[in-house]
Amino acid sequence: MSEIQFQDVAMRFRTRDREVRALERTSLTVPDGQFACIVGPSGCGKSTLLNVAAGLITPTEGEVLVDGKPTTEPGADRGMVFQSYSLYPWLSVRRNIEFGLEIKRVAKPEREKISSELIRLMKLTGFADAYPMALSGGMKQRVAIARALANDPQVLLMDEPFGALAALPRQVMQELLTDIWQRYRKTVLFVTHDIDEAVFLADVIYVMTTRPGQIRNTVPVDIPRPRTFDTLGTDAFARIRKQVTGYIHEESLRAVESELRVEASG
Amino acid sequence: MSERVPATRSAPAPLAPTARRRRGFLQTYLTPKASIPPRAVLVLGAGSFVVIVVAWTLLADLIANPFFLPSPLTVVQAEVDMIQNLGFLGDVAWSTFRILAGFLLAAIIAVPLGLLMGSFEAIRAFFQPAINAIRYMPASAFIPLLILLQGLGENEKITVIWIGVFFQLVLMVMDIAQRVPSEMLNVAYTLGATRATVFRKVLLPATWPEVVDVLRITMGWAWTYLIVAELVAANAGIGNFILVAERYFRADRIIAAIISIGILGLMTDYLFGLFHRWAFPYVEKNAPNTGRRLFRGGR
Repeated sequence: MSEIQFQDVAMRFRTRDREVRALERTSLTVPDGQFACIVGPSGCGKSTLLNVAAGLITPTEGEVLVDGKPTTEPGADRGMVFQSYSLYPWLSVRRNIEFGLEIKRVAKPEREKISSELIRLMKLTGFADAYPMALSGGMKQRVAIARALANDPQVLLMDEPFGALAALPRQVMQELLTDIWQRYRKTVLFVTHDIDEAVFLADVIYVMTTRPGQIRNTVPVDIPRPRTFDTLGTDAFARIRKQVTGYIHEESLRAVESELRVEASG
Repeated sequence: MSERVPATRSAPAPLAPTARRRRGFLQTYLTPKASIPPRAVLVLGAGSFVVIVVAWTLLADLIANPFFLPSPLTVVQAEVDMIQNLGFLGDVAWSTFRILAGFLLAAIIAVPLGLLMGSFEAIRAFFQPAINAIRYMPASAFIPLLILLQGLGENEKITVIWIGVFFQLVLMVMDIAQRVPSEMLNVAYTLGATRATVFRKVLLPATWPEVVDVLRITMGWAWTYLIVAELVAANAGIGNFILVAERYFRADRIIAAIISIGILGLMTDYLFGLFHRWAFPYVEKNAPNTGRRLFRGGR
């Protein structure tokens, strides 16, 4: 049982002349083993939500509970994957994956067992001793995901992990991720601005409003698993995709209108 | 040379000599940012030396006065004479010793301090303003003061080099540590690392390649300060040798000594380059950092 719970989390920044509300009070619960996606227009605070969950930033209000326990600092129970991969260039693929285990002082045979398994699952066979510079973007991100999974976290936080990839490797990565998720059944909170990606991956999609962000719709995705490339052609996929796109579209219009109002008054 | 990634890597290999499309001379050599054949790079590089030597020879012929401008051949003869009869290698040894002492003493303090300054804002806030101010005081201007304080011995020369290198090096190392992407650190935190572990296992290893780069650059500056210190007052060393040669109107020896310094500089630079490739095989060769590309060009 490892659910993640946001309780009235709000974020405000103070600039020189005014207070910026980045995130309105937000509460949401991702139950154990669920794959939840957050989508929203850029600047809506979806990454803020993730960083708060990771413990990398402290919210102005509210708190995040993992299994009912409040989190204040980053910890190994919440693994994170960033868009920029952030691999350690001086470590081989294997040692990147084992980084968290090394910190925990896991014995070497055990470390190697775990990393070998992940290298196989993440289709990195033959690259165990390669340095990150030799890898493609998709491979780098597979190493980053393997590194997070090796630590066996309770929750996996993913901040637009495939945002820097081209369309084709991105689709392949999404398929790989659903397979991996089916196997490990981690609780996942996945931030993206790609609607297709969210529909393909998620059990539930949270659509956020423009800044100051809050959750405006909760869209359950009842497409059966396992999902494959063929899932993209189903009616259910098209229906949910249209629904979410509609919400985002409304939000984008609202954003444009509010920008115009600011222009007119300023 | 061998470490350079050939710029033509992505171009498809020609199938057969007859199938290759010939491009015009102007199109090959005067397309902005386009790469030229590797052989042409070599020829042009060697050509610059040929041009210098030829122009120098012509000029020396024109002036026809070896007191002012000896010919290249005279300079080579002077160099051989200096090594065989004047103990020039002893001067080289003295200068090298001073450089190493001053440079190592500067690096031993500057690298740790710079890393700490780049990592911890409290330490940076304390040291940076003062170091920034001192950085603009030329090391050579300290020489008279140092002679008053330390006399004419080795300490004075080593201190000049130390002043010239230390303050620049600290700030360059600080900058490297500051530029380590914060996401690299954040990943480590989410993998369960403590702050001490993040410093030791992420921040430090992330800076090493670039630290070696700036050591390589500041080493070149150390030579400048050394010669200035030796020119002012010394009883051995390349700078002192130049000063003595001037008293005897031996322009050939001066030029030979200057060229020797250039060769020594090139050698240390080459050693640093070898070390870098050996120690950091994971660094992307075309990474746009601290002038590595610039410094590689000469070899």
